[in-house]
Amino acid sequence: MYQYDTYDQAMVDARVAEFSDQVARRLAGTLGEEQFRPLRLKNGLYLQLHAYMLRVAIPYGTLNSAQMRMLGQIADRYDRGYGHFTTRQNIQYNWIRLEDAPAILTDLASVGMHAIQTSGNCIRNTTADHFAGAAADEVADPRPYAELLRQWSTFHPEFDYLPRKFKVAIIGSETDRAAMRLHDIGIRVVRNTAGEEGLKIYVGGGMGRTPMIAPVIRDWLPAQQMVSYLEACLRVYNRHGRRDNKYKARIKILVHELGADEYRRQVEEEFAHILTLGLEPPPAELARIKAQFADPPFDPAAIEAIDLSDPDFALWVDQNVHPHKAPGHAIVTISLKPAGGIPGDASADQIRLIADLARDYSHDELRVTHAQNVVLPHVRRADLPAIWQQLDAAGLATANLDLIGDIIACPGLDYCSLANARSIPLAQKISARFADVERQRDLGELKLKISGCINACGHHHAGHIGVLGVDRKGVENYQLLLGGSEGADTSLGTIVGPGFSEDGLVDAIERATEFYRAQRQPGERFLDTYRRLGAAPFKEAIYA
Amino acid sequence: MTAETITILTGNALLGGEVIWWTGQGWSRHIDEAAAVPDDGAAVIAAESAAGRVVGGYAIAATRDGAGIRPQHIKERVRALGPTVRLDLSLRPHDPAAAAWIA
Repeated sequence: MYQYDTYDQAMVDARVAEFSDQVARRLAGTLGEEQFRPLRLKNGLYLQLHAYMLRVAIPYGTLNSAQMRMLGQIADRYDRGYGHFTTRQNIQYNWIRLEDAPAILTDLASVGMHAIQTSGNCIRNTTADHFAGAAADEVADPRPYAELLRQWSTFHPEFDYLPRKFKVAIIGSETDRAAMRLHDIGIRVVRNTAGEEGLKIYVGGGMGRTPMIAPVIRDWLPAQQMVSYLEACLRVYNRHGRRDNKYKARIKILVHELGADEYRRQVEEEFAHILTLGLEPPPAELARIKAQFADPPFDPAAIEAIDLSDPDFALWVDQNVHPHKAPGHAIVTISLKPAGGIPGDASADQIRLIADLARDYSHDELRVTHAQNVVLPHVRRADLPAIWQQLDAAGLATANLDLIGDIIACPGLDYCSLANARSIPLAQKISARFADVERQRDLGELKLKISGCINACGHHHAGHIGVLGVDRKGVENYQLLLGGSEGADTSLGTIVGPGFSEDGLVDAIERATEFYRAQRQPGERFLDTYRRLGAAPFKEAIYA
Repeated sequence: MTAETITILTGNALLGGEVIWWTGQGWSRHIDEAAAVPDDGAAVIAAESAAGRVVGGYAIAATRDGAGIRPQHIKERVRALGPTVRLDLSLRPHDPAAAAWIA
């Protein structure tokens, strides 16, 4: 777990004081909205459809129980009793009053959190594998590198006004659980044959208006050169990225237009120069950070065997529990996707319960996933029944992880001022239609992602089934995409055909899944069958 | 009452960010209290913005009939009502027809 040092705390406290003064001046009328707007956005405070919205950064999705409890307290005290976990491992509050913003930021700072750089054309909160430090398949823990990136990117003066926002994701496993290649920079921590840690660097991925999969820019980078190399990547982007057209301003456009080879050449040239400047933190700093992420004291006597005689519990274990690197332990994913529910929303009571479970059963650790769920990363298998019972009582034991009911959905037109169509009601209808968990399990892994506009906060390009909401002459319309994926086999979905109404889309998805069931070969996921057969037969079935 | 197309002014309140509508004398949270303006409302918005009584004001087209005022664009209808997925937090929490008003 990261720990604020005196510099971190002083910087965040100073920012809170500064913003408190800015809010006071805005309320007193000495700052106009034109002056104030960039200041509030620098502190994660947006003005959305119905109210101010505060986006709080959760560093690489990692929380302790005190932080989680504070998130619940803020939901109760300053919002309307709930929060929304986002696809960038953050949390958003939808009903914030401007006058309360300084007090909220003060509360956040008291637990080592803030909302800085959750907006604007800067380096946003780094995201990471939500199973980091726990996964059985992990090569190396990416969190120390993510923490180094947090320290490097926070208030980095050179990169505070980039051509466009900038997102970094980092993983340390073969399995990509962070959609790493769909970020401006993706980093995979790897090991060479000598056992040394290095980094594989991907640059120029992204979703949005022009989705692209990031190419490899560096196959192997010595881990102790990460900051210098990323500095070079950002400098080339900052120098040549377009500022005349926001739709062509992301680094993916630069890498695409220069070509990966030329971009790489320029980065290497800049990198060679930066290495002469001694910007890289000393190895002792990375070692100090790594010590903060040492394994918690796992129970060496923890047992593997558990009583699975309760079928509902057994179902949940099978679907929502993953192998842990420590014997007798497990990783629990708490689904925030009840049938008919709002993806990613959690009430203050639920947030507090999850905090208590982390404190009591998971070495005080939590993770937020980009799929809008919450993870207890380090639990003893023997504690699974007690955890499940408490989750079940709170409506948090839905056994649908990675199934069709585990839908990613952006806030859409119900909350977001950028949206063209509502996402959440559609997600609710789909998850209600497929509420039968056995039916979901029969369909197998099926990632369904919904965005309410082309900005793709709902990752629709990366869904096995993706949905994009559009505005057709003032009427909501939904385009259906098939064939996207965010993992090791990253691919971009393609639009099947003409769009649908909300109800029409639910029917279309059902027809696609029925066609898959009829055509699948043993062991094939929906995505596999789609890739084998291609788009045409699916289209024929969907529009029949 | 015959349906007519009117221009009304909207924005958000400074303090709480609530959606508000220009009534001719001030701002209301209820769209049915909105007043039709004869032009694009730029002068009103400029004065009200300068006074800190509205943030991000702008004019929209709406239809007015015997049932009230209904924005022509769905985004403004969502703004006027509240989130359709949390009608308990909307301005019409007990109205079963509220969601249908959006569509």
